[in-house]
Amino acid sequence: MTFGLATTRVAPPPRVAEAPPSRWRRGTRRAASGWAFAGPATLIVVGLSIFPAVWAFFISRTKWNGISPARDVGWGNYQLMADDPELRAAIGHTLTLTALFVPSSIALGMLIAVALNRKIKLVGFYRTCIFVPYVASAAATGILASFVFNPQFGVANDMLRRLHLPTQQFLESHSQALVVICLIALWGEVGFTAVIYLAALQDIPRELVEAAAVDGAGRWRAFWHVVMPQLRPVTVFVAVWESINAIQLFDLIYTTTRGGPLGSSETVVYYMYELAFQTQKFGYGSAVAYGLFAFTMLLTLGIFWYSKRSKIEAF
Amino acid sequence: MVSEAPAKRRRFRLPFSAWHLLLMPMALLFVVPLVQMLLTSFMSDSDINRFPPKFIPTHLHISGYVGLFTQSHVLRWLLNTVIVATIAVLAHLVLCSTAGYGFARLKFAGRNVGFVLLVATVMIPTQLLMIPTYLMFARVGITDTLAAAFVPWLATAFGVFLMRQFFLSLPAELEEAAAIDGASMRQIFFRIVLPLARPALATLALFTLLSSWNDLIWPLVAISDDRWYTLQVGLTMFQGTRRTQWSLLMAGNVVATLPLIIGFVFAQKRFVANVTFTGLKG
Repeated sequence: MTFGLATTRVAPPPRVAEAPPSRWRRGTRRAASGWAFAGPATLIVVGLSIFPAVWAFFISRTKWNGISPARDVGWGNYQLMADDPELRAAIGHTLTLTALFVPSSIALGMLIAVALNRKIKLVGFYRTCIFVPYVASAAATGILASFVFNPQFGVANDMLRRLHLPTQQFLESHSQALVVICLIALWGEVGFTAVIYLAALQDIPRELVEAAAVDGAGRWRAFWHVVMPQLRPVTVFVAVWESINAIQLFDLIYTTTRGGPLGSSETVVYYMYELAFQTQKFGYGSAVAYGLFAFTMLLTLGIFWYSKRSKIEAF
Repeated sequence: MVSEAPAKRRRFRLPFSAWHLLLMPMALLFVVPLVQMLLTSFMSDSDINRFPPKFIPTHLHISGYVGLFTQSHVLRWLLNTVIVATIAVLAHLVLCSTAGYGFARLKFAGRNVGFVLLVATVMIPTQLLMIPTYLMFARVGITDTLAAAFVPWLATAFGVFLMRQFFLSLPAELEEAAAIDGASMRQIFFRIVLPLARPALATLALFTLLSSWNDLIWPLVAISDDRWYTLQVGLTMFQGTRRTQWSLLMAGNVVATLPLIIGFVFAQKRFVANVTFTGLKG
């Protein structure tokens, strides 16, 4: 490369005059072959996300049911969001779900990963068992869960009865539905978190932990002061990933409670789905979706900002 | 440490590692519901509704499966799902590996803009796209066809990003040597780079299979003709109309999840290694 540059610099005048068209031609040929590689996927992804996202913004400024002509309402839908009690409740449910789900999936995933990282018998069997629910679809998981947590003949209440504990309404109780949904989501997702932590644990140089032991640190202190700091980047990644999962949780709610009972498990995503596809309020639904987008982005950027400030290299 | 040792020796010692006390119940908690799903699919509905509930069927009943296969287009849904997942995986392998290579190795005008646009799309939640995509599909006339289920899965930013990260981690010397020997870009890609990319391609294929097979929201939004349902949509529609026919619902669940679970158990080692591979790449 440097050699090539040097020759053009000392090239005689006629070649310099020739150089620009040939370089330009080389540039176009390069761009053509570059875009031949990168173009199709980029076109599909961008076409199916940025274009509809921009369109969604225009829809969010109208009142439209998809059939009769759209009516421009400016920022009306966004103003409507400010005093919509159902939306406010849905935001509360989404935040509760995220606050329950994210820390527990981090803690549980880390605990399981530490356990799976021991050289004990059956560890491969345990790993398979814990990961299998991740493979099952959220729809199937939801249907299975509504069977297991069925108040009349579900296994969950049967266990409680055997232990002489009071039976519960679970998904049919408006105070428990959200918590039960969170438990089901954990059941399906923790395997993934655990496997990610397991990989990170196996990447920690053994000498680090051994050095801590030589310095007289007990197991617990070695974990807290040596292993935990090494896991931070993974934790940032898991926190972002699972927050987005929790905020956008839809399939499970759709197949267990459909937002009920009495709207007690209606999250923002579910509310948006109902607005758009049950009541055909495309305009208002899009505005709510934009609100959700803004919130997700702020949360993601917030976690990034925090990790950057505490000098964690997460990505 | 020295002062702790005698105290430890006096303590009662388990004949096995204490970690089993954590892992065994955990493993059961994760797997028993799936076993119950399988067992329940072979019960009669009167067995299921018995009180107290039974875990193991007294007799093997296949009424759930009979009902599933006679009262629904389940085989058709299975076929639809297989078609959608196959197209998704193949398209991902072709489109994401070429794009990943382009963004990782080739220098061309607009490369950075293209890549930034692509990565930015990850931040857009699916829910924002549902309404306009539905309208777009309706305009093009592919609602109520399988295309509505697989078009969003032809290529994803995640796939391109994954492949790009992999190609960046490959040493460039091999490709440079081939270029000096006069190999064309296409030859380099197909003969040298792709064979090296097998582990990354396997990861990409597995994740695409999982997410396209299990996808609910796109087909749910865009398909209302039950001949074009995928398994996941069919299942949820079934659940809506037959809330109490558990043997039938569980049979449907088994049909929808067992292929992937069996595949996972067989490819398990590779699968977990692949997940960790992605996890590390973020």
